[in-house]
Amino acid sequence: MATETDLSELKRGTELIKRGFAKMQKGGVIMDVVTKEQARVAEDTGAVAVMALEAVPADIRKRGGVARMPDPTNVVEIIDEVSIPVMGKARIGHHTEAQILESLGVDMIDESEVLTPADDEYHIEKTSFTSPFVCGARNLPEALRRINEGAAMIRTKGEAGTGDVNQAVYHQRTMMNQIRTIEGLNYQEREKWAREHGAPRDLVHEAAEMGRLPVVNFAAGGIATPADAALMMHHGCDGIFVGSGIFGAEDPEKMGSAIVEAVNNWDDPDALAEIATGVGKGMKGQSNDSIPEEERLQGRGV
Amino acid sequence: MTAETSSGTDADLRAGVIAVQGNVSEHAAAIKRAAFENGFSVIVEQIRQAGVVPNCDLLLLPGGESTTISRLLKREGIDAEIKQHVAAGKPILATCAGLIVSSSDAKDDRVTTLDILDVTVDRNAFGRQKDSFEAPLSIDGIDDPETPFPAVFIRAPLIDAIGDDVSVLAWWDENPVAVRQGPVLATSFHPELTPDDRLHRLAFFAEEIITDSPVHPETDV
Repeated sequence: MATETDLSELKRGTELIKRGFAKMQKGGVIMDVVTKEQARVAEDTGAVAVMALEAVPADIRKRGGVARMPDPTNVVEIIDEVSIPVMGKARIGHHTEAQILESLGVDMIDESEVLTPADDEYHIEKTSFTSPFVCGARNLPEALRRINEGAAMIRTKGEAGTGDVNQAVYHQRTMMNQIRTIEGLNYQEREKWAREHGAPRDLVHEAAEMGRLPVVNFAAGGIATPADAALMMHHGCDGIFVGSGIFGAEDPEKMGSAIVEAVNNWDDPDALAEIATGVGKGMKGQSNDSIPEEERLQGRGV
Repeated sequence: MTAETSSGTDADLRAGVIAVQGNVSEHAAAIKRAAFENGFSVIVEQIRQAGVVPNCDLLLLPGGESTTISRLLKREGIDAEIKQHVAAGKPILATCAGLIVSSSDAKDDRVTTLDILDVTVDRNAFGRQKDSFEAPLSIDGIDDPETPFPAVFIRAPLIDAIGDDVSVLAWWDENPVAVRQGPVLATSFHPELTPDDRLHRLAFFAEEIITDSPVHPETDV
């Protein structure tokens, strides 16, 4: 008979647990939802988690104004509706929104450039939370700065709400290229690279030795079809966030299931052809190069 | 069992990590280490489609989201292959969501279980992510039993009933958290998240597993 274990030695909110939670999402699709009804659809189509927010990025773009954390009433309804993890978006630097989301029982907090930043100079000090955080990044130094602040997961920023995968590809390619670069540098050169790029030096060495980011890295920002999702897996992402692409599509249920299945079959063109057939129109979208520089979300919180 | 094969060049073992979703690469790394320490060479397959499981000597069913994993196992036709693997007496290690998917009943119609392990489970019964924890665990049968095993519980499932043929290898707060039934070993925690691979060794290389269910029949002669 196995012996009882001492319950007093229990630990919560460690780096291992936070990063471990993110690892459980690998190979999965995390879907943006605004209501509990959307959360139900997301779970039924095979999402590994849902991201609660007050409006999907495409609608935030259209309506303008200040975008904030979701209404706690909605967050609680979504938590009660689904059995999969529920994530929630807080504004960059908004320590208190993050605390409220944690108190509501959200499983992971996205400190997101899609919302209006609360702090132009500082991100949330994420190590002080029990909950894990995910943050956006456009390149390796930015990702490592977020990890240094306590992020347990990174996603590409892409350009949210556009339905244009162009910037997600650019950010992921940049990340992979920079990892290959530092892998080829010796100790002194990595120190110099870290200084020149404003990247935390310990994490530069760690990423170079691992040949990848030290945390899970998902694609996000503009993914709108099964082919987009498979493309991002092809570029070496660990999984996919889909924002406006599910509920902006003609048939969200078909689009959701198809994107989930496409991530599992990303390297099988015959399977992808079958999966992509009959899913209906994707979101209309807006090409990245038609968006003026000052309206781009990706430059927030670097 | 010896570490040599008749062909000489092939690996001794072919391990399959079910990779439709979840924490795959850590399990792949753990089985490589565990096999090496037990004197076996191993080829690790990451399985996302049907047709690979039948060639595997042993399987790992990682944690992730049980709703997503069960849905994709069914769609890809991997579910029936896993059941056949277990029916043939070949070993499998199932962790966290893998335990839920393996159970006879997850009491939730969002998850279709494989029914290869006679337990019923409550999904996420240990709470939400802020309740996730790590703790040292004592586990029956692992090497160096005096050294506690670093167990990581992440939105973990609770085993709330076990069948007569299921033995409990570890308890946490009066709940079974590691169980074995024949070739199936399942845990509600994540043994792959730390470098300690004693649980992987217990699942596949313990004496009774090798003698009861030869993982590599041609080397047994």
